[in-house]
Amino acid sequence: MATLKVNGKTVTVDVDDSTPLLWVLREQLGLTGTKYGCGIAECGACTVHVDGQAIRSCVYPVGALSGDEEITTIEGLSKDGSHPVQQAWVELDVPQCGYCQPGMIMAVAGLLNNKPDATDEDIDREITNICRCGTFARVRKGIHLAKTKKA
Amino acid sequence: MTSIIDLSRRGFIVGTGATGLTIGILSACAPGKKDGGADTPQAELPEVNAWVHIGTDDVVTIRIARSEMGQGTLTGLAQMVAEELECDWDKVTTEYPTPGQNLARDRVWGDFLTGGSRGIRTSQDYVREGGAVARTMLVQAAANRWGVPAAECTAAKSVITHTPTGKTLRFGEVAEDAAALPVPTDIPLKDPSEWKLIGKPVKRLDTADKVTGKQVYTTDFKIDGMLNAAIMAAPMRGGTLKSFDASAVSSMPGVKHVVQVDDTAVAVVADTWWQAKTALDALPVEWQPGEGSDHSSAAFEANLDEGLTAKDAFLGNQVGDVDAAFAKAAKVIEARYNAPHQNHACMEPMNAIALWTADKCEVWCPTQNGESALAATAEAAELPIEQCEVYKQLLGGGFGRKGAPDYVAQAVKIAKQMPGTPVKLLWSREEDMQQGFYHPVTKALCQGALDADGNLLGLKIRISGQSILAGIMPQALADGIDYIVFQGLLPSGVNPQVEDQTLKYTFPTIKVDHAMRNPPVRPGFWRGVNANQNAIYLECFMDELAHAAGRDPLEFRLAHLKDSPKLAAVLQAVADKSGWGSDDGKSRGLCCFYSFGSYTAACAEVSVDENGKLKMHRIVAATDPGYGVNPQQIDAQVAGSFVYGLSAMLHEEITFEKGETQQKNFNTYTSMRIAEMPEVETLVMPSGGFWGGVGEPTIAVAPPAVLNAIFAATGKRIRQLPVRDQALR
Repeated sequence: MATLKVNGKTVTVDVDDSTPLLWVLREQLGLTGTKYGCGIAECGACTVHVDGQAIRSCVYPVGALSGDEEITTIEGLSKDGSHPVQQAWVELDVPQCGYCQPGMIMAVAGLLNNKPDATDEDIDREITNICRCGTFARVRKGIHLAKTKKA
Repeated sequence: MTSIIDLSRRGFIVGTGATGLTIGILSACAPGKKDGGADTPQAELPEVNAWVHIGTDDVVTIRIARSEMGQGTLTGLAQMVAEELECDWDKVTTEYPTPGQNLARDRVWGDFLTGGSRGIRTSQDYVREGGAVARTMLVQAAANRWGVPAAECTAAKSVITHTPTGKTLRFGEVAEDAAALPVPTDIPLKDPSEWKLIGKPVKRLDTADKVTGKQVYTTDFKIDGMLNAAIMAAPMRGGTLKSFDASAVSSMPGVKHVVQVDDTAVAVVADTWWQAKTALDALPVEWQPGEGSDHSSAAFEANLDEGLTAKDAFLGNQVGDVDAAFAKAAKVIEARYNAPHQNHACMEPMNAIALWTADKCEVWCPTQNGESALAATAEAAELPIEQCEVYKQLLGGGFGRKGAPDYVAQAVKIAKQMPGTPVKLLWSREEDMQQGFYHPVTKALCQGALDADGNLLGLKIRISGQSILAGIMPQALADGIDYIVFQGLLPSGVNPQVEDQTLKYTFPTIKVDHAMRNPPVRPGFWRGVNANQNAIYLECFMDELAHAAGRDPLEFRLAHLKDSPKLAAVLQAVADKSGWGSDDGKSRGLCCFYSFGSYTAACAEVSVDENGKLKMHRIVAATDPGYGVNPQQIDAQVAGSFVYGLSAMLHEEITFEKGETQQKNFNTYTSMRIAEMPEVETLVMPSGGFWGGVGEPTIAVAPPAVLNAIFAATGKRIRQLPVRDQALR
């Protein structure tokens, strides 16, 4: 049994404490925007925010959460797709297959939470998500565009 | 991803006279539908024709037979239909017809195969015709309503106008009448000079939901009563399932079934996938080694090396007397290159949902070939194909891997053991890495003969290694020869399946041959296919020859491209744009290649610091695909293909020990990240008159350009791939 605050709502789920947050989000809460890619925190497809910080939910046991943390998933990033990163992504047609993009967007939004003026060096260091379609060129442009936008 | 089709399977599909089909919940999950359900506009009016449905609200639904996996085909094909239809682009949406519907309607949508960069180029004529026919019927319906000749009416932006009177009718107002008209034939298509939508950089139709998490992939799909399955197949090549102890996990949380799948795999079926995966990890399993279970990549090197100089080989290309040329050479240059096995590693692992009952089997899955998925479903379900249906979903990456329906058959075989219960099978990443259809392993011995003036007298390329066709579709071999192995190195006229993969250089003499050496590893079509390694063999060696001849690599290439002005044009363009030959201290490398019907080139700019660390600064790319349907998506494909190709060049290698894949996840199978991404500048240069591919051709040119630039920076040739941690200085 675990109590979580996800996208502003408090929910209780009946799972083993060791269950990764990713699978609680996807299978107990039906929040399927967050994706499974590797299960070992390598690819970043499962990135969500815990108190505004990007974390990889596939290795984050739900038992490690106290219930007070604000968990934000792609579904809760904005009500209507108006987060600056989402706006920039639409404007530049960043996604290709799109599977990794919720994680990519959450990682970028987390970076900009901490560093609203993120530089290319910040991007290189902190955006380590895998995208096999290879959207990196537009991701980089999108990050710089997002910095200029307001929610 | 090539043009080769399993003809026996295709014949089977075509030859089966099917009636009746089940649409199920297709409309709820078709692309472009926001709310779905039975009462969408599709239910209100009949279609105008197979390609076009128009609602009373003027919403145009364009049917897309090929699969969208990120490459933008969905939008490109819709642009082509809409161009001829003269509809309002802002009211366009799309949906996939099902393979079962295609079968029932005598394959009205043609081929569903999405591979070989053929999504647009091999259907451009009939999809444009579909739009033109629908427009003609809509105009005729309006003319009939007004009692005027159709020739006095025009269509634009979903409105038909009677020119003499200025009267108008919307498409939605006449769609039902149009649908009842006889289908006209021989409708002329627009001349490319009249195109208004084709060639324009319109936005993709499928972006919005991909940035909000609303986009539904098969893995996100839920059906009432559905269970989840995790699977493990024999980890060693040729292995089979010997035994498993279901009782050890049957009482674990959520576990419902532990089932055998064929004689090679075992699956745990549980309420949730995490429960299934946890139980599978705990399941005691014994495997029986078989043929290939002792395979070692390191040991197989000797077979590949032996093939490089073996007496017998399949001939791919021969012009003139190459041995005589070598006999009179002033200088002979020789180099050996290799390309390892690689995995597709789509971000969305293999997955499918199956629902089996005694008289019906339905599947929801990502697939690059809906028809082969349907055939695999019927075979696994042991039901007539008319009683099966496949609902294609958006792919989370394909790259050739999802043309194989192995995971579809597995899902059906699991579901068949629990009739009436929908089962979602999802592979773990470890399963995906271990059960691939791997990019084939090859080596090459390249030899060049130069005269005293630095002219190339002859070129020999011996490829030694694996054949994809021999491994997975031997019926497509031509007298034992796999022409795909020779991609980009073939003469014209050798085989219609590879006419779009020919060598564009002209050499006084040449010999290209292949010593087939097949390891017991399942090969597959991997984005770019053999063009990837062949471009490295040819284009890195061309660079070596130019330097050995004391000639500029650009001039040396152009001297042999006199018969291919189109390839020369893209090469010259990247050289000019990149500043080739300028005195700015940058280290540059060139490559040009023709594959999948398109002419491509790249010029890479790199630096290598004193510690040997590589930085790829910029790559200027050019492609001439004949026609460019959506230039901004071509740009996205070029940059994306470079990531796929450069990631392979830098990092990716699958090796085997005791028949087992050594790289089981992204921690040991490294994929390129954004930090390594060079700036990419794409020159889209459609010269018209032919239709080339877009998704794959450019992947081949980035790695040789970078490898040649590394040589320019360091004087060192890198011939062993991946580059990984080799000392660059």
